[in-house]
Amino acid sequence: MASMLLTSLRSSPLTSVQAAQFAARSLSTSVHLQAQAKSKKTLAKPGVKNIVLVDGVRTPFLQSGTTYADLMPHDLARAALQGLLNRTGLPKDAVDYIVYGTVIQEVKTSNVAREAALGAGFSDKTPAHTVTMACISSNQAMTTAVGLIAAGQCDAVVAGGVEFMSDVPIRHSRKMRKTMLSLNKAKTLGARLSLLGSIRLAHLSPELPAVAEFSTAETMGHSADRLAAAFGVSRLEQDEFALRSHTLAKKAQDGGMLSDVISFKVPGRDIVSKDNGIRPATMEQLAKLKPAFIKPHGTVTAANSSFLTDGASAVLIMSEEKALAMGYKPKAYLRDFVYVSQDPKDQLLLGPTYATPKVLEKSGLTLNDIDVFEFHEAFAGQIMANLKAMESDWFAQTYMGRKTKVGAPPMEKFNTWGGSLSLGHPFAATGCRLVTTVAHRLQKEGGQYGLVAACAAGGQGHAMVIEAYPQ
Amino acid sequence: MASVRLLVTRSGCTALKAITGHGQRSLSVSSAVLARTHVSYEVKDNVAVVRINDPTSKVNTLGRHMQAELVEVINEIWGNSAVKSAVLISSKPGSFIAGADLNMFQACKTAEEVSYLLQAGQKMFEQIEKSPIPFVAAINGSCLGGGLEFAIACQYRIATKSKKTILGTPEVMLGLLPGAGGTQRLPKMVGLPAAFDMMLTGRNIKADKAKKMGLVHQLVEPLGPGLKSAEERTIEYLEEVAVDFAKGLTGKKVTVEKKKGLMQKVQDFVMGLPPVRKQIYKTVHNKVMKQSKGLYPAPLKIIECVQTGIEKGNAAGYLSESENFGKLAMTSVSRALIGLFYGQVACKKNHFGQPEREVKKLAVLGAGLMGAGIAQVTIDKGVATILKDTTEEGLARGQQQVYKGLNDKTKKKSLTTFERDRIMSLLSGQLDYRGFENADMVIEAVFEDLSIKHKVVKEVEAVIPPHCIFATNTSALPIKDIAAASKRPEKLIGMHYFSPVDKMQLLEIITTSKTSKDTTASAVAVGLKQGKVIIVVGDGPGFYTTRCLAPMLAEAVRALQEGVGPKKLDSLTTGFGFPVGAATLADEVGIDVAAHVAEDLGKAFGTRFGGGNVEVLKMMVQKGFKGRKSGKGCYVYGAKSKEKKVNSGAEDILKSFKLTAPPAVSADEDIQYRLVSRFVNEAVLCLQEGILPDPVQGDIGAVFGLGFPPCLGGPFRFVDSYGADKLVQKMKHFEEAYGNQFTPCQLLLDHAKDSSKRFHK
Repeated sequence: MASMLLTSLRSSPLTSVQAAQFAARSLSTSVHLQAQAKSKKTLAKPGVKNIVLVDGVRTPFLQSGTTYADLMPHDLARAALQGLLNRTGLPKDAVDYIVYGTVIQEVKTSNVAREAALGAGFSDKTPAHTVTMACISSNQAMTTAVGLIAAGQCDAVVAGGVEFMSDVPIRHSRKMRKTMLSLNKAKTLGARLSLLGSIRLAHLSPELPAVAEFSTAETMGHSADRLAAAFGVSRLEQDEFALRSHTLAKKAQDGGMLSDVISFKVPGRDIVSKDNGIRPATMEQLAKLKPAFIKPHGTVTAANSSFLTDGASAVLIMSEEKALAMGYKPKAYLRDFVYVSQDPKDQLLLGPTYATPKVLEKSGLTLNDIDVFEFHEAFAGQIMANLKAMESDWFAQTYMGRKTKVGAPPMEKFNTWGGSLSLGHPFAATGCRLVTTVAHRLQKEGGQYGLVAACAAGGQGHAMVIEAYPQ
Repeated sequence: MASVRLLVTRSGCTALKAITGHGQRSLSVSSAVLARTHVSYEVKDNVAVVRINDPTSKVNTLGRHMQAELVEVINEIWGNSAVKSAVLISSKPGSFIAGADLNMFQACKTAEEVSYLLQAGQKMFEQIEKSPIPFVAAINGSCLGGGLEFAIACQYRIATKSKKTILGTPEVMLGLLPGAGGTQRLPKMVGLPAAFDMMLTGRNIKADKAKKMGLVHQLVEPLGPGLKSAEERTIEYLEEVAVDFAKGLTGKKVTVEKKKGLMQKVQDFVMGLPPVRKQIYKTVHNKVMKQSKGLYPAPLKIIECVQTGIEKGNAAGYLSESENFGKLAMTSVSRALIGLFYGQVACKKNHFGQPEREVKKLAVLGAGLMGAGIAQVTIDKGVATILKDTTEEGLARGQQQVYKGLNDKTKKKSLTTFERDRIMSLLSGQLDYRGFENADMVIEAVFEDLSIKHKVVKEVEAVIPPHCIFATNTSALPIKDIAAASKRPEKLIGMHYFSPVDKMQLLEIITTSKTSKDTTASAVAVGLKQGKVIIVVGDGPGFYTTRCLAPMLAEAVRALQEGVGPKKLDSLTTGFGFPVGAATLADEVGIDVAAHVAEDLGKAFGTRFGGGNVEVLKMMVQKGFKGRKSGKGCYVYGAKSKEKKVNSGAEDILKSFKLTAPPAVSADEDIQYRLVSRFVNEAVLCLQEGILPDPVQGDIGAVFGLGFPPCLGGPFRFVDSYGADKLVQKMKHFEEAYGNQFTPCQLLLDHAKDSSKRFHK
């Protein structure tokens, strides 16, 4: 009921700029008329609970193998959870549920959500589960939270994601594992000795976690290079975009925009309070790098790809009523979201292209309505390819069954505080960073709607519309 | 070391794309001066990009017209001082250059004429090899024969890593040799052993293997769709990359020579020793002789050309190459193989039109060897398939067979494990008729027994929708007898697959007088989708293939009874050109099947199908000697030893049925001709009776289904080349000794009387 009240309150003030934009839009197509019928200012839907982002934090994102090197994944997740508690002053028992994302699983903490929650001092009565969906794992964690709240099962959920690339599970070979398991069952000394005797040198070669897409056996960098080539994205364009990302990130960092970053006292080390992968270089320096995947004529290099990163993030998601009742001033509404999936071979990283028009349609918005774009930058080439695909009527008609293109986001609204290329990309932690950044940018820039989009391994993608909470 | 895989039924010449319909091209040569139609070029940043595209065909071939335009363009490029390098690329997706235009050679009357044509090609490629500016061949799709020879004359080669990109010298499969410098350049490029392997087997080489061998310098990944279709963009990208490399070559940033590893250096050193080379020539020669039985001249000529080039220099090598090619083009073996190639192309088309509805869901009854095989080749092409059996054990065995068939492909890397799983997901193994109500076609492969087949027809017709086609897989039961139980005989058709289904290319489709044209069209469409070479024949006991094979096997049994041992019999038949010896063939087919067929057809055709005593086969079956599948037949199987051992139990049976061999007709050659003439006579009789629609399908069926010697081109081409009169003479001689089994049929007699009558023009 409170939410309805708010909705009606918020529907009155309308800035002149928005009104003008709106008028212009309504002339163009009939879709806009529908949008007009709804409230221009809020995407609240009758009968659907308003769900809000109360706040979001993250540990500094560090290049793997640096200061976090000796931790375990749940340590990072713990730091993010504790940071969220500190930031929000949330009583630990007020949380109904915890959902956490992770991609490369530490086998000792396969339900890393539970281990981290217990370690962070949450009540042992708060259930926690872990989700995985490649680079959109924490998006999945957040939308799971949204679902729990929308279904009336929970009122306050913590979602987040963690990735720890400084240590990955490296296994014995299958043959060796088989021998070792048989060894457990062997009853007699003779049987054990004969099993031990069967071990050959080949048994000892270790098995690294797959860096390749399971279905196609292609590494993501390789696929990104092919994607860039398919859309005719040049090396120069990619280097320029990478440089832009680092430059903007540096500016945001120096300007104190990255307020979602919490300080973290790493056990046995110093306090870390800044991302360490932001390195604006010159175009000449970038041009010197050799291609990293397709040699010698490829265009994707180490500098125009996101790097291996350690980091964790967490957000507090609540029903609007609960947040208000607890005296919080939410940062944003989490509105419509979609998941998409497509060909994991040739369209592995085109998730944003597929997800964007779908989620906009769901919200009754067009690209022009969006004030803030935060796209996950897996590779500069991947972002440029997506932008080109979004600008192509042919692509929309041939592969997406749409009549026209959705259009590419204007660069002045796009990832203006840097992105995964520069800030880093701890796979499962990136989603929360994107959503929190949208909320912060909307607040800072006074925008109304934000859009998050990301691609993920497996040829999947995600997009979410976020609405600013009235100031 | 090189192994020789000649044109046996299983391998075929799939590498060669259709090369037809170029006859009209030579007419337009004069107008080519005005506007070029096949070759164009533009200069980009001092790089001349030469694009080839034959507007009259799906593939590019090197014919007179193409060659003339190429020479013109290349001369223009050399004359243009702004051009510092060149890229050669095809605008066609899936085909760089698929080879030389065969019609061009076939139009020649003499070996000299052919040699002359070849010398023109050799000259052009030699000029390119010695070109003052570097040429980069950008290869996407088939790069075969003359196309490969063109590419290896260029200074640099880049190929797409597409599945369609194949490189090879398939000339040997047509009884020819790589005649435009291939025998000279390949050994230098990839080394003697690899070159022999390529040229003597004609095998297709995929792009990544080509890179490893040193046949291409760089690989380019095929792209997915972008702002253009995947195919279009891939060619564009290949061109961009090739242009970059061309510039790199001019600027000396890219070197042609690849760094040699230690192994390569050692190999080069060893190959540099004349006695070693001599030994290699000898070994390869012996191997070829062993495998080809000396019946195929081309492999020997290839060795000769390579040897001449290496030992006596380029000039002698080129001369030997062009002369030998000319000679080979005039041989009956080459004509036979080329005839088979064209026949195969013709049998890969649907001559019955587009079926009314596409078969999207297929059901196979019986998960035995055949049923599972049919299911495998169907799901392999993306068609959802039900595999139904009556018992869980039978079903499990069948499903395992399908899985193994696909899994073997993953071991050979032609399929990824993931693709295998996706394909397997199309297979639904079950014991009931669930889902049959949505089936578009049912193929039954149950036990060969008329009453069981009748029962199945009735059961199935009760559950399938009205449009569903019922196909029966039988090797000998007349289709009309099976159709007698059907309420809808117009939807019933015979589809005779050959075992193992996933390896054998032939499918024999049998129509009855009641089968509708649409049913036939649909069956052919399904067969083509399964990748089969298809002959469509009329109904009758044994149809065409089984009917030809039965008298030959009867004769083989007689020979065995007369005391010719299985090994001797095998060597006599393989010596004639059969890829599999008669005794081994019987084991492969199954002695029980052979007995069954012999008895059935014996009843239908009477004494003409006599010869060996059917009781021999029956006794063997009784003793459990059912052939390879039971571990014992004419031979003993199972042990991994290479040497096959004759089954002494079978020998005992043969002794108890011993016949005395009439000395007048029992020389080695007599035995060969006794076997072959019965086969051929029956084939001609099938044509005479209208079971066979034409000699082409007769030849294809015999070679691809039964292993009739490919070098002879099939029974009909054999009659043409051997001479019907000579064959009739031989048969009459045998007839005197054995009776009506050797009575030549009327059509054969007609051909014997009038030598102008030929089955093939």
